[in-house]
Amino acid sequence: MIWVNAIIQGIMVGGLYALFACGLSLLFGVMKVINLAHGDLAVVAAYLALGVIAITHVPAVWSFVLVVPIFAAIGYALQRTLLQAALNRGVLTTLLVTFGLSVVIENGLQQFFTANSHSLNIGSLVSDSFSIGSQITIAFLDLTILVLAVVVLLGLQYILSVSKNGRRIRAVADDREAAQLSGIDYRHVFGIAAAIAFGTVALAGLAFGMYTQFDPTIGTDQLLLYAFEAVVIGGLGSLWGTLVGGILLGVAQQIGAQYHAADQILAGQLLFLIILVLRPQGITRRRETA
Amino acid sequence: MTGRHLEAAGAELPAIGGQPAGGVRVTRSRRSVIWVGVVAVALVAVLGYLPYIVFSSTTNLLVQFFLLLTMASMWNLLAGYAGLVSVGQQAFIGLGAYSVVILASHGTSPFTAIPVATAAGGAIGLPVWWLVSRLRSGYFAITMWVIASVCELIIIQVSSLGGGTGIALQGLNLSPTLLTAYTYWTALAVTVVVIAVIYVLLRSRLGLVLTAIRDDETGARSNGARVRSVQRLVFIVAAAGCSAAGALYAISQQFIVPSAAFSVSFSAEMIFITIIGGIGTIEGPFVGTIVFFVLQQTLSQDGAWYWIVLGIVAMAVAIWAPRGLWGLVTERLDIRLFPVGYWLWPAGQTARRRG
Amino acid sequence: MTAANSAAGASQGGPLLEVRDLSVHHGQLQALHGVNLSMPPGATHAMIGANGAGKSTLLRTIAGLHKPTSGAILLDGQDVSRLRPERRVLAGVALVPEGRRLFPSLTVQENLLVGTTSRRPGPWNLDRIYDLFSWMADRRGQRAAQLSGGEQQAVAIGRALAANPRLLLLDELSLGLAPVVVRRIYGLLPQLAEAGVTVLLVEQDVSQALAVASHVHCLLEGRITLDGAPAELTPGQIESAYFGIGANGKGLRSEQPILGTGPQAAGEAPGARA
Repeated sequence: MIWVNAIIQGIMVGGLYALFACGLSLLFGVMKVINLAHGDLAVVAAYLALGVIAITHVPAVWSFVLVVPIFAAIGYALQRTLLQAALNRGVLTTLLVTFGLSVVIENGLQQFFTANSHSLNIGSLVSDSFSIGSQITIAFLDLTILVLAVVVLLGLQYILSVSKNGRRIRAVADDREAAQLSGIDYRHVFGIAAAIAFGTVALAGLAFGMYTQFDPTIGTDQLLLYAFEAVVIGGLGSLWGTLVGGILLGVAQQIGAQYHAADQILAGQLLFLIILVLRPQGITRRRETA
Repeated sequence: MTGRHLEAAGAELPAIGGQPAGGVRVTRSRRSVIWVGVVAVALVAVLGYLPYIVFSSTTNLLVQFFLLLTMASMWNLLAGYAGLVSVGQQAFIGLGAYSVVILASHGTSPFTAIPVATAAGGAIGLPVWWLVSRLRSGYFAITMWVIASVCELIIIQVSSLGGGTGIALQGLNLSPTLLTAYTYWTALAVTVVVIAVIYVLLRSRLGLVLTAIRDDETGARSNGARVRSVQRLVFIVAAAGCSAAGALYAISQQFIVPSAAFSVSFSAEMIFITIIGGIGTIEGPFVGTIVFFVLQQTLSQDGAWYWIVLGIVAMAVAIWAPRGLWGLVTERLDIRLFPVGYWLWPAGQTARRRG
Repeated sequence: MTAANSAAGASQGGPLLEVRDLSVHHGQLQALHGVNLSMPPGATHAMIGANGAGKSTLLRTIAGLHKPTSGAILLDGQDVSRLRPERRVLAGVALVPEGRRLFPSLTVQENLLVGTTSRRPGPWNLDRIYDLFSWMADRRGQRAAQLSGGEQQAVAIGRALAANPRLLLLDELSLGLAPVVVRRIYGLLPQLAEAGVTVLLVEQDVSQALAVASHVHCLLEGRITLDGAPAELTPGQIESAYFGIGANGKGLRSEQPILGTGPQAAGEAPGARA
């Protein structure tokens, strides 16, 4: 039953990975750039929550109500200023600028918060769990995060398919110039996409902070790579694919951990490399896009 | 085709406006370059003599300088010329370092292990290229990062290499003075060889393809197969070069820890140096390393601030001065220290096109 | 054409579109040299020329995708040369780009809806567009990528019409389409003219262009070599203008474009009352 527990654990952490990944995937789909600072943004959100909690004394579980909108606004602003300036130069420049941003963020966090680990204290919710049968335990927090991830992804899917802005985002992602010719200001659409991406990554960062410890370097050490791996495994272009990718990554990691505690991250990365070689478009896509 | 593309192709200009094109002279360099060459040789000689006249603290500092210059030059070749932005060259640096460790533990002198580590890095570069060659720029960048992480995680598992806590480099049975001197000379030699290889590569016919890619990748891609094979060569050269740097790193540190040997801060250094100095020029990494070093010395008290300042400067340069500090210089003064193009001397005139 | 004029909202009775001395560069290559053009409201003009003559560049510059090196573009007297493409849509310019350029992952209906982004008032709502193309309403839920070339062209036109443009720019409608389909699409143009839309179309097929347009311009290597009504131009003149071969067989460096006896002839500078 250890294996079943591992798989269930993997599915639940996979929801969290999918939440990390959807922002990265959205930005790449719309702007054709990988935001190398993506993982660090999640960590900033977690630290921001720490600050918000310290000031407002709001229970940690509700910190997202303040942090997510703030982050979405920051995303819009950052996109219209720094990132747009870089995009005007080209994809290469934007990649390098997001990398620079990542380094600045990480060291900035280290400067102000030291390298120590923190976590968002949600009290006993961390360890509360229930059991199915005699051998399967599921933590409430884990389940909540999975449900949250699925809800967010469904909501995002709905926004993209049905809403006016969602349609414009898809149009710009398909053909930026044709979108301009139809009257769309693509810079504003980029801003909205960034706002959505920052909002979801903030949510993911907060969930992560409740789930486990975080420190300034974990954004690049782990989170960015997990998000990217989930996108590649699942396939770019659909949120459903991102969920599948996240879950497969999580399961692979948990199975790896069963062999050897140190193999956890490695197992996920090996799955990523295998998919990259055998099915580069990802599990859920049918055609090659590279 | 833009003018610079013509420059890369070394073409004779076709008749424009009906004027004849005969009597035009094409040369590789201006005469002034000979002076630069003389200065360069003299500089290397002076640098070679340094261990006899300065303290070991200075030579150690210079070893760090040479390391950075080597790595940045390799990244510049990869990203600035072949269009391959990698955030994972630390994979090869770490592999080079651990190659030396492995060879040293079997009795080879670490210094003689360097060429072997370099070759090993180049060899590993081939299957890695096979993994990543078809990826678009962003995907390529992060996948290299993932590969570096994979290498690190695998090495950590090998307890005979020290696991996560690290291992000391064996075989350095020399007196401290001799050790620092040999390390210094080796670093100088590696750097000179690396720069020479880059220079020769860019002056060759392959260099024409690389400059074409640098100037206009879309246009160059119309000859896809050629671009691909040149990129593969450059990737392997960069892998070998970074492994050499890694080997050097192992010798200078004498104690290797996986998290440090495979650290992404190597990439950060390479990237920032090249961007600030000037991507796509041979001189750029020189300028960048100097700037980096100055910043490092003035801000070294506060580890975090130094990276923050560097990162902000690099982002600003990337957006507003995309050709870097050296690019600003060449725009004003039209100098080339390492000429790789062609000079066109129209008949009877001393005016010339940029080479 | 008076009813059409007022429907198009021509405020001054002057030309709807004026291109003055327009020069455009692609990097170091000059694509357009001092192009002059004038269109009265409600007219349908055609731009012909060989490949690479600069026709698409001209349309794209009018639409705002290229910045001119010099010269001006005036829409109903208002200088739009500085406006970003999406602002020009707001001002009443709509380009149907070469190659259709529909949004492949969006449905037919969604493509049309995107066209309404600028929310310009006017007669072209979705229903009217569906009326224009009888088959479209039934296929509105289909993804654009699944349509045939001719169907995509129709949706692209519909998308541009959804912006209620005053000036409709059509770039190479016939490219890649069967002649039957091309004729059917061009058969729609009179309806557009009746509704008061001013149309400037670029067309490789000279006979097709002459058949639908009241006025023809020819571009050669970025310069206007011909400007006149089809009725007043001989095939020889058109051929010379198209290929740049003068009557004496030598190269035609067109400082003097061939002018028909249409409004632009008689040495009137463009911009004068049409």
